[in-house]
Amino acid sequence: MIASELKVAARMTVVTLALTGLAYPLAVTALCQALFPWRAAGSVIDVAGRVVGSELIGQRFTRPEYFHGRPSAAGAGYDATASGGSNLGPTSAKLRERIAADQARLVAANPQAPGPVPAELLLASASGLDPHVRPEAAAWQVPRVAAARGVPSTVVQALVVRAVEPRTFGFLGEPRVNVLKLNLALDAALGARSRATAGSRLSAER
Amino acid sequence: MTVLGWIQALVFFAVIMALTPPLGGFLQRVMEGERHVLLRPLGFLERLVLRLAGVDPAEQSWPRYATALLGFSGLSLLVTFVMQRVQHLLPLNPQSLGAVEALSAFDTAVSFTTNTNWQGYAGETTMSYLTQMAGLAWQNFVSAAAGLAVAMALARGLTRPASGAGPATIGNFWLDLTRATVYVLLPISLVVALAFASRGVIQNFSPSLQLTTLEGETQVLAMGPAASQEAIKQLGTNGGGFFNANAAHPFENPDPLTNLLSMLLIFAIPAALTFTFGRMAKSPRQGWALFAAMSVLFFAGLTVAYGAEAHDHPLARVAGAAPGAGHLEGKETRFGVAGSALYAVVTTDASCGAVNAMHDSFSPLGGLALLANIQLGEVIFGGVGAGLYGMLVMVVLAVFIAGLMVGRTPEYLGKKIEARDVKLAMLYTLVVPLAILVPAAWSAVAPHGLASLNNAGPHGLGEILYAYTSAAGNNGSAFAGLDANTPWYNLTLALAMLAGRFLMIVPVLALAGSFAAKKAAPPGPGTLPTDGALFVVLLLGVIVIVGALTFFPVLSLGPIVEHFLVGAGQVF
Amino acid sequence: MRQVSSWDQALLQAALIDSFRKLDPRTMVRNPVMFVVLVGSALTTLLWVRELLLTAAPAAGFSGHVTLWLWFTVLFANFAEALAEGRGKAQAAALRGLRQETQARRLVDGREQRVSASTLRKGDLVVAEAGDVIPGDGEVVEGIASVDESAVTGESAPVIRESGGDRSAVTGGTRVLSDRIVIRIGANPGESFLDRMIGLVEGASRQKTPNEIALSVLLAGMTIVFLVACVTLVPFGRYSGVALSTTVVVALLVCLIPTTIGALLSAIGIAGMDRLIRHNVVPTSGRAVEAAGDVDTILLDKTGTITLGSRMASAFVPAPGVTAEQLADAAQLASLADETPEGRSIVVLAKERHGLRGRDLAGIDAQFVPFSAQTRMSGCDIGTRVVRKGAAEAVFRHVSALGGRVPPEVEQQAAQIAMSGGTPLAVSDGARVLGVVHLKDVVKGGLRERFARLRAMGLRTVMITGDNPLTAAAIAAEAGVDDFLAEATPEMKLALIRAEQARGKLVAMTGDGTNDAPALAQADVAIAMNTGTAAAKEAGNMVDLDSNPTKLLEVIEVGKQLLMTRGCLTTFSIANDVAKYFAILPALFVAVYPEIAPLDVMGLHSAQSAILSAVIFNALVIVALIPLALRGVEYRPLGAEALLRRALLVYGLGGLVTPFVGIKLIDLALVQLGLA
Repeated sequence: MIASELKVAARMTVVTLALTGLAYPLAVTALCQALFPWRAAGSVIDVAGRVVGSELIGQRFTRPEYFHGRPSAAGAGYDATASGGSNLGPTSAKLRERIAADQARLVAANPQAPGPVPAELLLASASGLDPHVRPEAAAWQVPRVAAARGVPSTVVQALVVRAVEPRTFGFLGEPRVNVLKLNLALDAALGARSRATAGSRLSAER
Repeated sequence: MTVLGWIQALVFFAVIMALTPPLGGFLQRVMEGERHVLLRPLGFLERLVLRLAGVDPAEQSWPRYATALLGFSGLSLLVTFVMQRVQHLLPLNPQSLGAVEALSAFDTAVSFTTNTNWQGYAGETTMSYLTQMAGLAWQNFVSAAAGLAVAMALARGLTRPASGAGPATIGNFWLDLTRATVYVLLPISLVVALAFASRGVIQNFSPSLQLTTLEGETQVLAMGPAASQEAIKQLGTNGGGFFNANAAHPFENPDPLTNLLSMLLIFAIPAALTFTFGRMAKSPRQGWALFAAMSVLFFAGLTVAYGAEAHDHPLARVAGAAPGAGHLEGKETRFGVAGSALYAVVTTDASCGAVNAMHDSFSPLGGLALLANIQLGEVIFGGVGAGLYGMLVMVVLAVFIAGLMVGRTPEYLGKKIEARDVKLAMLYTLVVPLAILVPAAWSAVAPHGLASLNNAGPHGLGEILYAYTSAAGNNGSAFAGLDANTPWYNLTLALAMLAGRFLMIVPVLALAGSFAAKKAAPPGPGTLPTDGALFVVLLLGVIVIVGALTFFPVLSLGPIVEHFLVGAGQVF
Repeated sequence: MRQVSSWDQALLQAALIDSFRKLDPRTMVRNPVMFVVLVGSALTTLLWVRELLLTAAPAAGFSGHVTLWLWFTVLFANFAEALAEGRGKAQAAALRGLRQETQARRLVDGREQRVSASTLRKGDLVVAEAGDVIPGDGEVVEGIASVDESAVTGESAPVIRESGGDRSAVTGGTRVLSDRIVIRIGANPGESFLDRMIGLVEGASRQKTPNEIALSVLLAGMTIVFLVACVTLVPFGRYSGVALSTTVVVALLVCLIPTTIGALLSAIGIAGMDRLIRHNVVPTSGRAVEAAGDVDTILLDKTGTITLGSRMASAFVPAPGVTAEQLADAAQLASLADETPEGRSIVVLAKERHGLRGRDLAGIDAQFVPFSAQTRMSGCDIGTRVVRKGAAEAVFRHVSALGGRVPPEVEQQAAQIAMSGGTPLAVSDGARVLGVVHLKDVVKGGLRERFARLRAMGLRTVMITGDNPLTAAAIAAEAGVDDFLAEATPEMKLALIRAEQARGKLVAMTGDGTNDAPALAQADVAIAMNTGTAAAKEAGNMVDLDSNPTKLLEVIEVGKQLLMTRGCLTTFSIANDVAKYFAILPALFVAVYPEIAPLDVMGLHSAQSAILSAVIFNALVIVALIPLALRGVEYRPLGAEALLRRALLVYGLGGLVTPFVGIKLIDLALVQLGLA
């Protein structure tokens, strides 16, 4: 009984592996390449022939003229080869210190910000690659970005409003702003004038 | 908690409920070899697999069925282990990743064979594309199919009239495995993988993509065949992520729609199996009773978890952050608190283990709900197959106690529950407490256990407890701060996973054989109805009390104490 | 049988002594739950002694108290079992008294020898005359006698025992009141019915019943779970900075494992058997008692069980041209000397309906003609007047033979009566048919209600009768049984049982005749009447000493009660744990984590008094439940769902709430006594 079943087991191992481990993913790959090649390759964004990122993957922004995303625990921050969260619990001293430090830094960098710091700018995402912030967190950064770019807040605010992605079907997920796309829209609307001020990167960021 | 958050959960649940009868009926027809819609288009594949594997389609007794299952699982474990060890010699390794370290490879092979998908490694930097698909995705299929097979075997034992002549049989493992794979897992996965890819889940064999960010930094995007794996990882309640961040990673779960689809896939088969069971018992109400019990526990867990996570993060609040955002540490903005809490409850209920948020960073009560979901025995819909057979074992115990209380030798679906059946059910029930508490207690005092902690204080105890709970419950999610990629954890977690799978499957198959041999008596007014509200209440009582009594002491030193400490603002 | 009060002084004393004797680990290991308590008690004793010896200023009050109460827990369990056994033993002792010093008059080659009863072997022939005690179980092979069986049955009216037929079995220890009988001994020494009964009631030959084994497995499994949960709490505590002493862990463990049901489990089984014996039903195994609770179908013989066993005259149906009074008069005349119940009922009916007083046959110079199997008639001859009554065909034949004519109306009426389930009895005067008497089966009073009760319990009753289907249907409808088997032969009875069993049903029946034996052997619960043949008693798995076929109902209720008591106490035991957790755990952890205080809902005085209170509650609840265990939980004839709802409310919810109150009260008492 055992020997005969083991023989079948060995053959079944090979057959199922070939079917589900090779044929299936290869078929899916072929179909995806044919049907959704851009999505299947990572939804990358070209700006003037240069890949500047994936619309799905968050990037680290530190300059005042760009909107900033959430704290990231992926590698040194937004390291897309080391995705992950902080895994710190609400009784973690380490987490308390990190939040306090971020809070102080954000308050200092956003003197004209309306009201207290939005919580997600203090709280790391699960993947460390979260491309979004809530509209509140984007709005909170508008005075800083506008000041850094030397434009009225209303111009920047209008871009933020346009960048808000609503809930899917009105009830799935949360309203959000894709930080990379917002920053690209900013550059597109106001020019890459910020490049000149690259030197003013806040030294506290690192 | 918000109204929209609850609408999201209720819509999700309504879809599951709507899917249950058609999918359940389909599963019944497929697994019982009846006519069904995919028989003509895919029949050739079933015949091909059976012929190539040299399967004798005769019905099997339970020892033979178990031998086939254990033999197949053992061999496939070995293949997965070897593949990781020699991946550097095999194709489809554009990042030139080296061989996986031996104990880690063993742990991972066990983890995927047992449908746990506990991951001590980071996928994008450890596993070659070949290992991911031919080693891990393959296991996602066959371990789920094996779980489904066991559930069908038990359902057959319970619902078939005694065969009379010859030893009682419970089906044929090879047929079950093949049919589950060919007609159920493969076609659904194929369709869903395309749906995932259309929303942004990647599917390619390219090497990692290096780019320069807007601010001029270098970012390297890990690539690979993720969509094909993502589909089966959810459908098979496996949960092993292609990337380290699992379904929180935007390449695995790019938007709220894929999030909903993932959750639906996780619950689809486990929920449908209750209907399948009702069909086999020729009484749909029997299936719906199980569904009802599972649903109550699901909503209980969701209420606790969502309620807890909806509160602002205590440390952010203390730091003076704006209120109203909720407990967002370790959660993605696009899913928010509601989408993360729902996903976390679904994945822990269903023994899936995929995560779209970091459970380690949940609030104490949120984490407690997740732990409890697993500790109740993965019966809240549960893993593919595992949920149904786990729930049926609970039913056997509940019926036994209820039967005594009404003064009649207990019987379920007309089959008497005797000493041997209680013995097997207790063997099954003992595995989880033993496999969780013993190694967790050891780890909580041994230096090699404590060295891996990411959090101190009660939360650290929670990390250890969650690890073994997840392993023994074949869940695979984690309080991921714990560095489990150490010899101690790799070995003990592997043992816990093996126990939580095979030490439970063998009694279940024995139980199937035992019931298959029993004559079924038609129900009378003296028999306790097992399809009514009262029985559901009793069943819930048995599940909750058994689980609570076992784990309340240690939970009270972990998340429960932690909850009060958070209130007092204490940190470690 | 002599009833023994469970609270008899001597009995309590003996049980008390036995509870210590039962501490032997070799006995205790058969009950895993209590064995764990025993080991725990021994462990804490050692620790306590060590504390007393090695500590400079022993603060051993707590350890001492816990240890003491752990021992009480074990002793209380043993006491419950000993008490249950004691009651059985007392009854056995009474029975054994019957057997002592009996002399037998053994027949050897036709000559009598005086020997001791204990030397009799199977097959020996013995003589018993008025005044003799029957020396052993056996069968009457010669003669007829009235026998006083009150020693065994408790029934004071003497019974008739005669050779041949269904009343030939005699029981050792009973006394012959009149006449002389020769008995063939049916059992070797030590194997007699009395011996078996003694063994059973003493619990000596008690084996665990299937459901008891299953429950033991469940309890053992739970014990292992709690053992692991408690032992692992030590390292978990150490991680958290909570030091848990061994005494505390043992106390927690004993509180959590299902000691309540573990302690009372065997007492419940023994007491169930005992209750059956109090109903004068002796089971040959505990398995049969348990099976009784599961019965789905009950087969009942019509005659003697459902009906009174005889038919009663219910109407006079005169022939055309005959008045009812004339018919009644003739019928009464024909029955005056007829001592059968049918005959008597005709006399009574004639008196009631037509004011006809009974006359003395001698006074009217009449000659009684008794019933004979040939003529199938009886009556009287008054001079040349020939008055007869009898089976309709017999009387019609008799009239025709005398040259008379049977009016077609009478034939028709006779047929009608037969169709309606009655028996037509024709009456003739000379060559003239006067009419027919309608004899009816009379259903025993109160049966309808009992069957309704059975139906509510989910049982199906089937009446077995030799009558034709029409008669059977009429009686079945009147008695309220669910179904009937008409014109039944022993083979049909057996086939019916097999058919029911093939559908997964459990079948119970009563029987007394030798031809019942195959069916009795096939049935799952078979109660043989004590007046029945040895073959019937051998084939059955219970003997009803009162020979009352409706006793089945009580037997079934006792069987159900047995299971219910176990189930309810298990639920109670497990539900208790919730409160114990809330009493003990917060108290243990609050020293290290004062923030946990809101969880300490019971507000007990201190950690030590919390533990001690829980241990004391745990021990006392065993004692408090002994009467319930011995008496069994109250059975109500309700459907399964209603029963379960009730049980869950009383024992589930009650089990949740009771210890909260009990432990709090004990804690308050401990504080008052200065023990906390």
